[in-house]
Amino acid sequence: MKGVANIKRKYDFLFTGVGGQGTILASDIVSEVGMRCGYDVKKSEVHGMSQRGGAVESHVRWGEKVYSPLIEEGEADFLLAFEMLEAARWTQFVSAGTVALVNRHRILPPTVYLGQAKYPEEKEIEDILTGAGSKVVWIEGTARAVELGNPALAGVVLLGTLSKYFDEPLDVWENSLMNLVPEKFRDLNIKAFHAGREFQG
Amino acid sequence: MNKIMSGNEAIAYGAYLAGIKVGAGYPGTPSTEVMESFSRYPGVYAEWSPNEKVALEVAIGAAYAGGRALATMKHVGLNVAADPLFTVSYTGIKGALVIVDADDPSLHSSQNEQDNRHYAKAAKIAMLEPADSEEAKQFVKIAVEISETFDTPVILRSTTRLSHSRCIVKLEDEPAAVEIEPAAYERNAPKYVMVPAHARQRHPVVEERLKKLAEYAETTPVNYIEPGSGDLGIIASGVSYQYAKEVFPGATFLKLGMAYPMPEKLIRDLAGRVKQVVVVEELDPFIEEHVRLLGIPVKGKDVFPNIGEFSQGRVRRCAAAAGLIPGKIGAQPVQSQQLPVRPPMLCPGCAHRPIFYALQRLRAAVFGDIGCYTLGAAPPLAAMHTCLCMGASIGNVHGADRVKVKDRTVAVIGDSTFFHSGITPLINLIANGGNSTVIVLDNRITAMTGHQPHPGTGRTLMGKKVPDISIEALARAVGFNKVDVISPYDFKNVLETIKDHFQSREPSLIVSQYPCVLNIRERKPSPVVDQDACNECGNCLRIGCSPMAKVDGGVTIDPALCTGCGFCASVCGRGAIKARTNEGGGEH
Repeated sequence: MKGVANIKRKYDFLFTGVGGQGTILASDIVSEVGMRCGYDVKKSEVHGMSQRGGAVESHVRWGEKVYSPLIEEGEADFLLAFEMLEAARWTQFVSAGTVALVNRHRILPPTVYLGQAKYPEEKEIEDILTGAGSKVVWIEGTARAVELGNPALAGVVLLGTLSKYFDEPLDVWENSLMNLVPEKFRDLNIKAFHAGREFQG
Repeated sequence: MNKIMSGNEAIAYGAYLAGIKVGAGYPGTPSTEVMESFSRYPGVYAEWSPNEKVALEVAIGAAYAGGRALATMKHVGLNVAADPLFTVSYTGIKGALVIVDADDPSLHSSQNEQDNRHYAKAAKIAMLEPADSEEAKQFVKIAVEISETFDTPVILRSTTRLSHSRCIVKLEDEPAAVEIEPAAYERNAPKYVMVPAHARQRHPVVEERLKKLAEYAETTPVNYIEPGSGDLGIIASGVSYQYAKEVFPGATFLKLGMAYPMPEKLIRDLAGRVKQVVVVEELDPFIEEHVRLLGIPVKGKDVFPNIGEFSQGRVRRCAAAAGLIPGKIGAQPVQSQQLPVRPPMLCPGCAHRPIFYALQRLRAAVFGDIGCYTLGAAPPLAAMHTCLCMGASIGNVHGADRVKVKDRTVAVIGDSTFFHSGITPLINLIANGGNSTVIVLDNRITAMTGHQPHPGTGRTLMGKKVPDISIEALARAVGFNKVDVISPYDFKNVLETIKDHFQSREPSLIVSQYPCVLNIRERKPSPVVDQDACNECGNCLRIGCSPMAKVDGGVTIDPALCTGCGFCASVCGRGAIKARTNEGGGEH
């Protein structure tokens, strides 16, 4: 733990995905890590109607003193996209310096599977993000999670990759993760987290 | 010790710390988690009541008997509970009464975005408005103090962004366990029996109390001035305060923790320190109008919109456009280009789907109601044509049937909504000789808000086993002779039963019974599509089930999303969708 003295600035994390993908749990874990590292932390999440397969977003903010629970437009340091289309939907929060960790996974929205709209190509999604100034890192989150036996672990794989951007010791991440997942899934979650650390950030 | 808590969890924690022992509520986003969290603390009683009016009446009863009580609801729930609210203001209570009201600016999960601060003013009671989870915890304790000191109910107002945001909360010492011998019930008819003669005597008490609360507002620690520069004086409360702090870091602030009544002297004090007073508040100009009445020039809704929730970005853009801060005028964040939208929809395997598909095929005019099943209004099902408020469907269809439209009409209501406020309009159908058809979608749980038990579930919030009330028996008891209970997955029977009820001249009721697929996870292998047999008629795509996707020459079913309910197979006229014979076999 490097403690409060090392806090140099704020970090804003935007989690995006589809209702039911586990963005809330992942953003809870990142909030917990922030608190354990001595940051003030705020988080905002979406409940209710939006959970039924709709587009969802969660905001997590670390800083010396955080007022708003929402990230300001253009201010996201990290975009963690659990689904490819949802990586491209929130570009108003992205700017030069944003790192987008994108799970290479498609969930087709109704207009697409009804044949009324086209799901953008991977290149288009990357261009949208880089056009907004973001660096894009593709992560085989779902593929690795499926290998581990549960596609729902994809978000934890992303957290593993995210952790490589921080100096905070690994055990802070691991303890936060273990603290927030049910006991019987702890080992599997730790495995998924370390699978994420194997990806080049 | 610190813990990260949502606003709702912190409210529940504060209630526990404040010695509140009785809680009653009705689930409604964004308020639901308050009562769920509260119910887990030791030594408390918590219930889901059938609706907010009953919940408030239960809490009032507990407070009349000398207890500290909590009632929770969403903003529109307070409309339902408004009747007891306005008169409990007159009676006061013996113990303490805190009403948690959660507003939903931007309608994340609601049918309107009313501003419930008006209720405090209209009912002449105090309202507190915390700005983060730590304040939420503290303010419940202060609300209990105010309630006991001034003999008044107190509303604690939250908004979605407070209820569903999380921040660090300081953990406190456990409250001391106090065993109290039951006391005799205090009988005081002039105070508690609100016949006109008594109520006339109580109204002056209410007005006097309001004056005292206004004096209290001047000195309470929840209202305070944060000194800053002499240019701008910002008045803000709730989460708007957080946005304003980011946009006007050097300004002088009047932070209002008490939204009503407002502190006249503190407002004048602020105005005396600065060149320009600015009110930053979501929705209506509630604080602004008060400041104007004091004769103080103020900027408010001429700068910031009265529609939708704020963010620091939105406040910053508005402030820059009005010249309050430097910045590019008219700069809008760059939105993503046109991407396929992803609206919420009925879950794969949702048992409501066959009913809406049947109603779509029968071209019925569907008077709908509030719950997950309101998603039956979304294309491609598009089989719901009204959604007004909890329980409205049955009264609506009865009224429409008095006008005699050309279409076949039907009310569709969920089970929790039915118990909430569908029973009185059901009785109305019988009592006024109506002949409408009502379909109750009965999954035995309040699904939309996350599976809270209701009177048909058979257990309470605290896990006690209780009788599960039968909707069929209830309908028969009030005089319905034509009642059918169907399974939504027996689709031939669904169509025949609905047609039969449409042709009937008497009032009738269908109960469609099947558990919520998210509550009782029953997963069968997904069916497979025989692409050779498929003639691309599109029937299976019109049921609006997300695992089904159109591909060249046919459709596919995503086995990861499919729950294997088999409804798609029952609408395929070519028999091209078949049950999987062996796990993992067949193409997909």
